[in-house]
Amino acid sequence: MSRAALLVLADGRFPAGGHAHSGGAEAAVRAGRITDAASLEAFCRGRLHTSGVVAACVAAAAALGVDPGELDRAADARTPSPALRVAARRLGRQLTRAARATWPSPELDAVAALFPKGAHQPVVLGLAARAAGLTALDAAYCSLYEGVSGPATAVVRLLGLDPFDATGVLARLADEVDRAAREAVETAERVVTDGAGVLPARSAPLLEIGAEAHAAWPVRLFAS
Amino acid sequence: MHLDHHHEAPAAVSADARRPDGTRRALRIGLGGPVGSGKTATVAALCRALREELSLAVVTNDIYTREDAEFLLREAVLPPERITAVETGACPHTAIRDDISANLEAVEDLEDEVGPLDLVLVESGGDNLTATFSKGLVDAQVFVIDVAGGDDIPRKGGPGVATADLLIVNKTDLAPYVGSDLARMAADAKAVRGELPVVLQSLRSEDGVREVADWVRERIAAWTA
Ligand SMILES: Nc1nc2c(ncn2[C@@H]2O[C@H](COP(=O)(O)OP(=O)(O)OP(=O)(O)O)[C@@H](O)[C@H]2O)c(=O)[nH]1
Ligand SMILES: [Mg+2]
Repeated sequence: MSRAALLVLADGRFPAGGHAHSGGAEAAVRAGRITDAASLEAFCRGRLHTSGVVAACVAAAAALGVDPGELDRAADARTPSPALRVAARRLGRQLTRAARATWPSPELDAVAALFPKGAHQPVVLGLAARAAGLTALDAAYCSLYEGVSGPATAVVRLLGLDPFDATGVLARLADEVDRAAREAVETAERVVTDGAGVLPARSAPLLEIGAEAHAAWPVRLFAS
Repeated sequence: MHLDHHHEAPAAVSADARRPDGTRRALRIGLGGPVGSGKTATVAALCRALREELSLAVVTNDIYTREDAEFLLREAVLPPERITAVETGACPHTAIRDDISANLEAVEDLEDEVGPLDLVLVESGGDNLTATFSKGLVDAQVFVIDVAGGDDIPRKGGPGVATADLLIVNKTDLAPYVGSDLARMAADAKAVRGELPVVLQSLRSEDGVREVADWVRERIAAWTA
């Protein structure tokens, strides 16, 4: 297993389309829920422990070799907002392309053929980790970290927030990301034996509602 | 070959000249350049000039609206299903250079849904002089500047002005009003670009896009040769 491969997959510059998405931060900024570093931290923490954990469990399970179709259905069922399902599949499709070009693998080819318009992004992330020779824990880390770093980067652009403050938020969340990643792997191991039904179904209603409102705005900076 | 089975094959990974079903994909031409220089107007004029002879589609990259796509729809330069808008997350140059996945998908979806296509025009969101397209996204790129942005832009150069396959100096009709010296712009462009072509055009004049349309025809001929 290569540590460097983990850095490649986790790098915010990995060309898989994430730069156009704010992870709900644009809607939260407009609603006045994110105004500074402290409220960004609260937002990221909320995201981490709700949709973030669900995504990380799915990614870890995919990395352990659980059937992508089953995981994709489970992810759909745990994403009430149609706009978020569209965004997750779009990002999954973009990640499929980037991962297939970077770490060619029959499993990635198969998911591309099965989901020509994209599987849920965490499913593909887990398969990309597998193709890169990484572990389920690595996949969970990538998923959780991008779940908080995406909004932090977006808020730097949206609010002109000091980039040092935004990075400080990510550093302060590090211990919680560690814990969530370990828990995600434990859950994923149970999925291997007991099926996708044991995946958590935590959600953040404001993220879902905000995503629906955001998708209807005529003028916006980010795709989601 | 099973042409009817191509949806089961995985999508192309990169800028392969062949589509998954083995057919040749459309030529892709990118149009970049500063805000307001006339990219959308050039796209619209090209569509009008070429739509009878070529199967065309357009991808726009607006920064925070769908204005360019809506302008093209309003002007009815192409049927609506041939125009797609990509959202760029506040970074137009990222979407055409560093992370091209959303644009590649838009291009491929157009080919799947309205194809076969001969030509896809990809308009970048208005950006700065350093914005260029990735070779993974387009086969040729056009950089559009205008005379009103200052006649020293060709002299200043930059990747777009210096290396684009075609440089358009647009809005020559405005030169007398903004005090731009067209001869100097042409000479400066020649100095930074060497043999690469430059077109000075005004879309306000009759058939103003003719030279650029001829350049596109040449590229199509070379692509399909
Ligand atoms: N006088 C004159 N005006 C032009 C010409 N070409 C375009 N325009 C006008 O210039 C304005 C901007 O043109 P657009 O085509 O929207 O420019 P753009 O480069 O697509 O702009 P962004 O997409 O916002 O970066 C419009 O009002 C056009 O009608 C020209 O040759 N002469
Ligand atoms: Mg435009």
